[in-house]
Amino acid sequence: MRLTQGAFSFLPDLTDEQIGKQVQYCIDNGWAVNIEFTDDPHPRNTYWELWGQPMFDVRDAAGVMFELNECRKTYKGRHYIRVSAFDSTHTWESLRLSFITDRPEEEPGFALERQEVDGRSIRYTTRAYAANRPEGARY
Amino acid sequence: MDAVIDDPNIVPDAKAPVPGAIDLRAEFSSSGLAEVFDQLDRELVGLVPVKQRLREIGALLLVDSARKRFGLEAVSPTLHMSFTGNPGTGKTTVALRMAEILHRLGYVRKGHLVTVTRDDLVGQYIGHTAPKTKEILKKAMGGVLFIDEAYYLYRPENERDYGQEAIEILLQVMENQRDDLVVILAGYADRMERFFTANPGFRSRVAHHVDFPDYSAGELDAIGGRILETMNYRMDAGAQEAFRRYIDLRMLQPHFANGRSIRNALDRARLRQANRLFNAERPVTADDLVTLTAEDVLASRVFSGGIDSYPPLHPSN
Repeated sequence: MRLTQGAFSFLPDLTDEQIGKQVQYCIDNGWAVNIEFTDDPHPRNTYWELWGQPMFDVRDAAGVMFELNECRKTYKGRHYIRVSAFDSTHTWESLRLSFITDRPEEEPGFALERQEVDGRSIRYTTRAYAANRPEGARY
Repeated sequence: MDAVIDDPNIVPDAKAPVPGAIDLRAEFSSSGLAEVFDQLDRELVGLVPVKQRLREIGALLLVDSARKRFGLEAVSPTLHMSFTGNPGTGKTTVALRMAEILHRLGYVRKGHLVTVTRDDLVGQYIGHTAPKTKEILKKAMGGVLFIDEAYYLYRPENERDYGQEAIEILLQVMENQRDDLVVILAGYADRMERFFTANPGFRSRVAHHVDFPDYSAGELDAIGGRILETMNYRMDAGAQEAFRRYIDLRMLQPHFANGRSIRNALDRARLRQANRLFNAERPVTADDLVTLTAEDVLASRVFSGGIDSYPPLHPSN
């Protein structure tokens, strides 16, 4: 099941050229671009691992693409990788854009668990199949 | 949605008609290059071979972009450069202009200049150098990376020096990401020569070696005039005469640093002028405040056989 988190996730995967253009758009707006990765695809897993540091002083998308390629060398195929852009201006101080750039080949998807509680009530929860295996060995 | 969305099916330029002929002159003026070169001529004194070289590079890039419009795919030229020359010959100033020229030609996307020295690239302990160098390279992408006193990167006397690591990363990026950044190495001619001999990889990757000649006395005088103009000072006739004699004497002395020596000499003359006005014990006029007199220049130690610098150098130097 294809993971749909962040922007563009219902579109086909972006090419490097398209990623570069999105990144340049973020930089031109003065946002700091981050590269993040994880192998826990649960939607509530908000904080992914940060690759390197947020790139506050990079002026051109080529610098970000350089780091993205470094990150791919280590994690491509085994982890999700996403690019996020942080707007530090007052009253925003939050992410303005985030999109997945790389995903594992096989995405097993999520299980829906029903928990029967308090008589006829049911609580629902989702669990990623990938999370059954230990961290680092999921994909 | 906060993002640019472009249709992958629309490729710009693909349908642009192939022109019959391209007027290079018109291209030259419409790209704003003419303006940059004019400014270069106006604001930088002398440096004829350097300006000539910049024009050649400009012409090459212009022709390349014309070729591209005819559908002749040209390999993007290597533009890494080395600037060699004595202290104070304007290497940094020209590097700044270079960034602008390349930006106007569309060769670099942003046209900013990142100036670094060994300290910014080389780390202090194992594993520190690579991230530091990469950080700088990332910052410079889309612009020009200017490495001042580049020969310090290589220290043959210490074989465990981390400079070598920085050099390897630099070379790799210079080769693989030629479209993303232009590296300019600068330094004194003799030491750069030794640096290139020890690092043959650098020599072959740096296409343009530009040598900055020393200034003649007349050019130095003109530089002094420009500096004073920007600082809102002027010299009276006596001071100009004295300043010319000062330049002639100073040029023959050791530790002469071309434009920088001139700037320092003028700074010291301003110091003496301020002191003179202060001790005069009379009200000063606007004219007094902007005029340097012969007395301010002639008080220099250069005229009594010394070297005009502080602290005074030992005479045997």
